[in-house]
Amino acid sequence: MPETRRSRLPWRRRAIPAKPRPLLEHGALPWLLAVAVATTLPHAEFLPRWLTLVCGAALAGRAWLWLKNGRLPRRWLLALVVIVGVAGIGWQYRALFGRDPGIALLVFFMALKPMEMSERRDGLAVVMLGFFLLLTHYFHSEDIATGAWFLASVLLLTATLLRMYGGAQPAREVFRYAALLIAQSLPFMLILFLLFPRVQGPLWGMPRDAYAGLSGLSDRMSPGSLDKLILSGEVAFRVQFDAGLPERTRLYWRGPSFDSYDGRVWRASFLSTSAAERKPARIEAAEASAVDYTITLEAHDRRWLLALDLPLLLPGEATLAPTLEVLANRPVRYRARFAFRSALDYTANREEDPRLLRQALHLPHGFNPRSRELAEAWQREFSDAEKISAAALHLFRTEKFFYTLQPPLLGENAVDEFLFETRRGFCEHYASAYVALMRAAGVPARVVTGYQGGELNPVDDTLTVYQSDAHAWAEIWLEGRGWRRVDPTAAVVPSRIERGIDAALPEGESLPALMRFESAWLVHLRSLRYRWEAINNAWDQWVLGYDRQRQHETLARLGMKDADWQSMFLTMMAASGGILLLIVCRMLFRRSKPVPEVRLWCRFCARLESFGIRRAPWEGPLDLASRAALESPELAPLVRRAAGHFAELRYGGGRRDHLRDLRDCVKDLASFRPCRPGGKPAGEKPC
Amino acid sequence: MDLTEFFDAAAQRMFGRDDERLPIVLDRHRVFILPTGAGVLYCVVLLTMLIGAINYNLSLGHALVFLLTGLGLVAMVHTFRNLFDLSITPGRAEPVFAGETALFTLHVDNRRQEARRSLEFSFGRNRRVLLDIPAGERASVAVPFVTARRGRLEPGRVTLASHYPLGLFRAWASPLLPMSCLVYPKPVDAPLPTHSSSQKNSGRLGKSGREDFSGLRERQPNDSPRHIAWKAVARDFDHRPLLIKQFDGGADEELWLDWNLAPDGRDVEARLSILAGWVLAAERERCRYGLRLPGRSIAPDHGPAHRDACLAALALHA
Repeated sequence: MPETRRSRLPWRRRAIPAKPRPLLEHGALPWLLAVAVATTLPHAEFLPRWLTLVCGAALAGRAWLWLKNGRLPRRWLLALVVIVGVAGIGWQYRALFGRDPGIALLVFFMALKPMEMSERRDGLAVVMLGFFLLLTHYFHSEDIATGAWFLASVLLLTATLLRMYGGAQPAREVFRYAALLIAQSLPFMLILFLLFPRVQGPLWGMPRDAYAGLSGLSDRMSPGSLDKLILSGEVAFRVQFDAGLPERTRLYWRGPSFDSYDGRVWRASFLSTSAAERKPARIEAAEASAVDYTITLEAHDRRWLLALDLPLLLPGEATLAPTLEVLANRPVRYRARFAFRSALDYTANREEDPRLLRQALHLPHGFNPRSRELAEAWQREFSDAEKISAAALHLFRTEKFFYTLQPPLLGENAVDEFLFETRRGFCEHYASAYVALMRAAGVPARVVTGYQGGELNPVDDTLTVYQSDAHAWAEIWLEGRGWRRVDPTAAVVPSRIERGIDAALPEGESLPALMRFESAWLVHLRSLRYRWEAINNAWDQWVLGYDRQRQHETLARLGMKDADWQSMFLTMMAASGGILLLIVCRMLFRRSKPVPEVRLWCRFCARLESFGIRRAPWEGPLDLASRAALESPELAPLVRRAAGHFAELRYGGGRRDHLRDLRDCVKDLASFRPCRPGGKPAGEKPC
Repeated sequence: MDLTEFFDAAAQRMFGRDDERLPIVLDRHRVFILPTGAGVLYCVVLLTMLIGAINYNLSLGHALVFLLTGLGLVAMVHTFRNLFDLSITPGRAEPVFAGETALFTLHVDNRRQEARRSLEFSFGRNRRVLLDIPAGERASVAVPFVTARRGRLEPGRVTLASHYPLGLFRAWASPLLPMSCLVYPKPVDAPLPTHSSSQKNSGRLGKSGREDFSGLRERQPNDSPRHIAWKAVARDFDHRPLLIKQFDGGADEELWLDWNLAPDGRDVEARLSILAGWVLAAERERCRYGLRLPGRSIAPDHGPAHRDACLAALALHA
């Protein structure tokens, strides 16, 4: 007693040691190493080479130490490595904060942490860091493969926690249990994904490197700016037409147009983008040529949207620029969906702002004298602008022009050299030369960039437009008829417009094979590829493109019209609560049904109790039978029979008829009447 | 008192219920559950990840966070289930000397079709022991309690806790089991009293008790390995249990271990310790000995049962 009393004093209480922290089991380490590898590996490709090597070496070294049961390195050595590594990362990225250096630091810590693990909570730290690193994978890619990796990694991390907290057990069982846990949490994921009120990010200013690596059209056109884009296999946007697909030759997706030329680079003039004193564009179009469609545009960090030439109805958050391209209110930084209505036959800006027309006639002085001369000759010869244009196209068509993505370099008088010497180039060369000729001949003209064509996937009827469909064409303004599209490339290689860029390219010059399967020998794979593309599209639309707008549409379709965030939140809570309740009921309050023979035997024993024979918990059937024979001889044959059947069913190779016999025994016992008072008090059941 | 103990005590105070019917079944009134430190950390990590996913508009990031949220909820149910519906029957606890560790045996029945893993049993701050029980089976576990003083030890509530499967939650139950264990006084090595107030000749026995071989008997767990008849065992090792050589001698000599013989000037506990040491020594010397305490005496005898009776008398001495 004295000890206890003393231990209540506060300063003595501390002397009693608390329970020691649980240590990390030796057998749990391979799991944690696997976690470290699985969560850092996808980053390897984006990290500086030296960091990848250091991390790989650290993990391999830890695995070796584990195998050899070796000593872990000393703390000061680890601290030194950490300091050097962090300094290296800081030097590499010129920063320690921000997205990429942050990821590099996390990967580095993840690789080094196993070197100093001894307690279970160190293992926990690795797993938590692993969860976080999983998230950072999605900065690089969010495709289906990443999704699969995501599920596999969560399975591994869950299994690792199971192993850490559950002790040694066969790996198969660990994975099976982990799979069960994840399967049970999938409904929650679905509900939360569907109903969690989506907020359009960012919540705060994004680091400057957040949108690095987005590709798309540029805000200027200089020689060679488009060919890099054309060689890229990335998707630019996908289109779903409400009705049928228009003819391929009319699929001009209008991007930025350029009306300012300095002899080398085409740019948008101040006039074409300024919102001030803008006259609204006047587009006259026949309703018959109108098409409705929805574009899912990939992020490209620019304001322009790619509408079919020319848009009649715009999505709410966009406006039509004076030069007829559609501009969103802010740069497109996330995959987004826009609904349009466009007219394929139109008359645009019959009356044009004279300043714009003046801009569309401007040519820098002192460049390209030969083409100027030619154009002026045309101007004298033909009074009509259309005839001048036809003459220019005739020139492209009849002279020996080649379509190639590898044109020779052009010098100072780029248009002259292209028209009279090299004669090799692709859309930007043709458009640029044509517009220069038109301007020299006194016809207002401008360059329009965008995409032409696209590829229809028959599986889900989606038109996919790749970056390689990037195109440049021209527009001329005709008195009284407004702007009209002219595509000089089509004059040279009609197949570019009719069948796509691959058809236009000469032999031996082609796009990467993976991008264009149709290069002859893989034709039979095309349907497979279309299917895969369709799945990818669905993934992009429904998983990656699930934003606020999508959410509202989906919920409206599910019957929640105009859901605000409160009602969404409440529904989400209610639904998750329901699922949780279901799981609780299934797991906690569902007793497993005993096998039939046990159920029958229990019923038999329960009835036997009314005859004063109570089965002790430890008593086997045969023991009970022999005891019953002593206590109540007239019951003995019945009990012996039942016990025999039960024992045969339970412990022998019992058959179906034993079960029937046992059931009969239970019935017999129910109808049994003791005929002479003796074994039990006779009062209850008179015979 | 750390946080865990605080929550244990608080939960017991607020919702605890003592139903002394055996076996004790851990129903939903007995099992408590709270997130652990790891669980709180998990929450913080998830929140951070959610903010990151929103900020960078990562759709897969949202999916990841939501899946992990579901995983946390499911883990809660599974942790609860790991304890739920266990049935506990107290077993026996062998007497120990003060300062030694008493082991309380518990029989735990898993009546469900799922295995239970990593159940932690402990008494207060005593060391915890882990137990796995396969589906539908019964397992026994010896839960240690470090004794401090003699007497009848009632260990109080046993804490049954589980962090399995993910360590994010701790489910626990603290049933009060009707168990006790006799704690003998800590024996002090002291020379046996040479002179005694015994009626017959004094009980110093020397070596005679070890030399008169009287026969063989089967070995009991308590026997000294020195007395094993190795030769007899070696003759027929496969078919015969270990045998013990039995010796006679000294049986007719009686020794009284008297409270008053213990050195004066010590407190009660010290005297009891000395007496306990004497009992052990006398038993080792294989003589007949009796115990005389104020208000109680035990007639001379020998053998383990007698020794235990003497020690129990010492343990329970008021």
